[in-house]
Amino acid sequence: MKDTDIKRLLYVHLLCIFSIILSIFIPSFFLENFSVLETHLTWLCICSVSVTAVNLVLYLVVKPNASSKRSSLSYKVTRFLKCCIYFLMSCFSFHVIFVLYGAPLIELALETFLLAVTLSTFTTVPCLCLLGPNFKAWLRVFSRNGVTSIWENSLQITTVSSFVGTWLGAFPIPLDWGRPWQEWPISCTLGATFGYVAGLVTSPLWIYWNRKKLTYKNN
Amino acid sequence: MRLGSGTFAACCVVIEVLGVALFLRGFFPVPVCSFSGTEHQTESPAPEPSAGAISNWTKLPPPLFSKVVIMLIDALRDDFVFGSEGVKFMPYTTYLVEKGSSHSFVAEAKPPTVTMPRIKALMTGSLPGFIDVVRNLNSPTLLEDSVITQAKAAGKRIIFYGDETWVKLFPKHFLEYDGTTSFFVSDYTEVDDNVTRHLDKVLKRRDWDVLILHYLGLDHIGHISGPNSPLIGRKLSEMDSVLMKIHTSLLAEERETLLPNLLVLCGDHGMSEAGGHGASSVEEVNTALILISSAFERKPGDVRHPKYIQQTDLAATLSIGLGLPIPRGSVGSLIFPVVEGKPMREQLRFLHLNTVQLSKLLQENVPSYRKEPGFEQFKVSERLHGNWIRLYLEENNSEVLFNLGSKVRRQYLDALRTLSLSLSRQAAQYDVYSMAAGTVLVLEVVALLLLCVPQALSGKAELDVPLLSPVSSLLFYLLLLALAALHVVVCTSSDSSCYLCSLPWLAAGGVMVLISTLLCAVVSALTGMFAAGSRLSKNPLPSNSRWSELDLLILSGTVGHVLSLGASSFIEEEHQTWYFLVNTLCLALCHEIYRNCFVGDDCAPQRCPHAGEEFDGVAAAPQGKSTGPDVWELDRASKHPSPLEALRGPERWMVLASPWVILSCCRLLRSLNQTGVQWAHRPDLGHWLTSSDHKAELSVLATVSLIMIFVLVQKRCSLASKVAMAFGLLGIYCYRVAVGNLLFPWQQNNKDISKGITEARFVYVFVLGILFTGTKDLLKSQITADDFTVKTVGLWEIYSGLVLLAALLLRPHNLPVLALSLVIQTVMTHFVWRPLRHDAAEVTVMHYWFGQAFFYFQGNSNSIATVDISAGFVGLDAYVEIPAVLLTAFATYTGPVLWAGHLVNFLASEASRPAPETQASGTLYLRTKLTSTSMDGVKASIGFWSKKARGGSRCGGWASALRPLAPGGLHLLSALQTATADPWLPQLQAC
Repeated sequence: MKDTDIKRLLYVHLLCIFSIILSIFIPSFFLENFSVLETHLTWLCICSVSVTAVNLVLYLVVKPNASSKRSSLSYKVTRFLKCCIYFLMSCFSFHVIFVLYGAPLIELALETFLLAVTLSTFTTVPCLCLLGPNFKAWLRVFSRNGVTSIWENSLQITTVSSFVGTWLGAFPIPLDWGRPWQEWPISCTLGATFGYVAGLVTSPLWIYWNRKKLTYKNN
Repeated sequence: MRLGSGTFAACCVVIEVLGVALFLRGFFPVPVCSFSGTEHQTESPAPEPSAGAISNWTKLPPPLFSKVVIMLIDALRDDFVFGSEGVKFMPYTTYLVEKGSSHSFVAEAKPPTVTMPRIKALMTGSLPGFIDVVRNLNSPTLLEDSVITQAKAAGKRIIFYGDETWVKLFPKHFLEYDGTTSFFVSDYTEVDDNVTRHLDKVLKRRDWDVLILHYLGLDHIGHISGPNSPLIGRKLSEMDSVLMKIHTSLLAEERETLLPNLLVLCGDHGMSEAGGHGASSVEEVNTALILISSAFERKPGDVRHPKYIQQTDLAATLSIGLGLPIPRGSVGSLIFPVVEGKPMREQLRFLHLNTVQLSKLLQENVPSYRKEPGFEQFKVSERLHGNWIRLYLEENNSEVLFNLGSKVRRQYLDALRTLSLSLSRQAAQYDVYSMAAGTVLVLEVVALLLLCVPQALSGKAELDVPLLSPVSSLLFYLLLLALAALHVVVCTSSDSSCYLCSLPWLAAGGVMVLISTLLCAVVSALTGMFAAGSRLSKNPLPSNSRWSELDLLILSGTVGHVLSLGASSFIEEEHQTWYFLVNTLCLALCHEIYRNCFVGDDCAPQRCPHAGEEFDGVAAAPQGKSTGPDVWELDRASKHPSPLEALRGPERWMVLASPWVILSCCRLLRSLNQTGVQWAHRPDLGHWLTSSDHKAELSVLATVSLIMIFVLVQKRCSLASKVAMAFGLLGIYCYRVAVGNLLFPWQQNNKDISKGITEARFVYVFVLGILFTGTKDLLKSQITADDFTVKTVGLWEIYSGLVLLAALLLRPHNLPVLALSLVIQTVMTHFVWRPLRHDAAEVTVMHYWFGQAFFYFQGNSNSIATVDISAGFVGLDAYVEIPAVLLTAFATYTGPVLWAGHLVNFLASEASRPAPETQASGTLYLRTKLTSTSMDGVKASIGFWSKKARGGSRCGGWASALRPLAPGGLHLLSALQTATADPWLPQLQAC
């Protein structure tokens, strides 16, 4: 592990943050009446698409673990399809979890699903980019002491902070302030976004701060 | 002094309850009352004021109306009459309101919006205290002065039909009555037919002066299906036709008499969007009040909009209308439009009478009444009135008279308003001194508890309480002296009455001694801690990073919940917090299970090399949660190789699926009953099931739930109790059929609804039988001392007896709550707690959380409106206070009680099996109990103060004022359980 690695990580994360900020401001030039709160669903779609795109591009450019031995086209295609299936599955399972948490079952299904998509974008997509459709590897990364590189470490931090952000985002809902952002699922999506951004910001800093103490098995 | 930790905990709880009681006494104001309460008609009415000249009018003015009919419709919200529904369903009333000779008002009821206090307010004009809610169940005779008492004394003949509460309040006052009991809430036609059937006869008779009708049906419909139900419209039309009948008959009679008649249509309280009442939302507080009489004629084009008045104003108005003295405790002011058509002299006379009565009440309640603005205004207007009378008697120019008179009238009205306001505010004053004393007491106990926790944990389950040395110390005496001085100063200087000051000196002194003793104990415990701490500080403290994610969640959840109670919305929507926490707990368990199952074996090879000192530093960092203190983890892993490895086949799959099963159960239960405030009106499964169209579905559901209960409970019982259980559950179904909630498959339409007393008593016999066998087994095991199976069976039998009782008391649509709680308990025991080897502390907290969540799954909330009183009448012919209160309390707290019972069972059965970790659990168990108990105390205070800080709006306060009563009960229960369960555990450990 070197400082250059950390620097690359920081730049990558800054690009991700930049894409989220762009997704807030750019569409208002093309779409009328666009605002994050009022046309929330549109923003959700745009935001998830842009974050996914940035993640994919960065993955192809930076290649944090470029050690794929077989690189035949069929392998790549199956791998891509698998990734898509994993993504959809994660969307649906998040949706189920939200319903279990008390989201309405029939009404607002689209809203709930888009929240699930957004959360998957913030958590599953980076995992798929970095670890591929490999469930064992995921479990390894998300258990204690299973991290093998700073990329995985930052992945862990951003994912956990996105979850925690969504979780905390549900708290203002019962308050009787009557603000527009207390509507389901706006506070949760905002919480997820803030959590993701906070994870993106803190993880390089945290890794830099603890660089002496961190040792990874493969490095 | 050495104390067993159980005794210590019990003492602490007793003192804490005392502190909370003191606080509550200060928080709930003493209602304004007239002290010369019971003797009637001793004083003569105030004479007309006169400056110099002698007035010839010293008697009470004559009545304005010959007959008065009061038609009280329970839960008549203002928009039922004045809103769109009124226009649609009450055409005659709408006509009267818009064009007829009537005055319409929106009368604001003060919370608690429950029937009995409301009737009191209507008839006495006073503001009933909160304590009257409790008495709502068992209304004692009203001793205060009221319109009814005065009317009876004046020889008026009163007839009453309707809610039995009236008969209990005024047992000897009615010439004729027919009371209807209101506790069979499911019935909404017969309660009203029972009133209406007397009408035809009574309206033809001439031998009465006051007729009171109390219709309950509307309130019952609200309780069953809410204010948006189609039944409401039908009921309103029925009420409209009743009103029309009474009005036409009164009009027909009026032609023969000189005086007009008065018809009063009013509601006692409103109806919330959920259909209940009791709290202080706008819907619950605003009621309709319409006064109809031919005396209130109006010219065409005179549009009168409903004005806002207080409910208490009706008592004064009725008294004046009937020519009676105004009740002494009344804080209301005369509804002026009623006397507007009278000559000026009479108007002023009425206003004067009312002002004199209010100022007398003020003199009795406020020591410094002379400084009150209302009193000064009263004096001014009385003087003006005297001048006016002199002019009047001298027969001056009529225009001058009129102008001066209207000035006097304005003065009087202002004085009335100010007086009434300051009297109502008097009722809303907090007794800060008692509140402060209570808070100090509670905080001291909590501090002492927290300080003593490490000692109680030390394994001996015994602790030193520094009690004797402080009592003899100088600090103690100084404190006592200072507090006594403070007490004297406060009590002699304060204007308003303090509860602590009104106590006898000895009791107040006892409180002082308690406060100073506890403070000394806290101080000496603190110094002891510091001394020990400085000794310990040489050794490195064991890092507190030994917490797994689950422990972290439990801790942060508990703390977060306490913090959340600072916001009133979170108090109103507390169920959301608990559901959220329970769900998160399940997901955390899920995470733990999956990690144990899949990663446990894989990680084994890569443990060792980089552990060690490096990671201690990491753990201290904020993100330490994820990279974690694996030293300990590894230790544990090496001691107990992953516990789930042993599981193979279906059991492993069950373990993997169990969190999801629990989550789905919780989601189902959540949609069964909507509760809280904001979303309470949303449709839920419970309402769907209880509507009369879905009786068949409800029957099927109840059957399935009862069978599930039997299957889950029976396997650990002895044979005898198995049979008893089966019969008991069968009896419950029969009881519900008899009451009319359920159907037998062979009986499609039930006509005969009984109280089901035989069936319910049949079930009670089995409940008692099961409880008895359980207790017998327990006692037997105490004697033989080493028979664990007998003991666990005994405990389980007691538990199953409680389950049977709960199944009897819960409404049939809540039976799934019971069944699913048993399912969750079984799943958790077999597939989560045992395989994952959670320690007793974790299990205890989880039980507590689930217990809380189930309290809300039952449909309860922190508002008193959701308490289901009907449970107190299961199997009882009439109201018997003690069993009714006990049964209601048990039915309300079923969830927490059953989970606490399950905890006792679980810990006992774990202690009996040879697992190494549970041996040391006793003290841990105590710890969590202690902390959760003290949390409850803190919670209550926080809830209170937050509300108080909210601009002192009393109305908002009521919803959360009930807050401490709910945890207070739980609190007591968990404490008692600590005290009772604690002696068992050391014994179990010893074996």
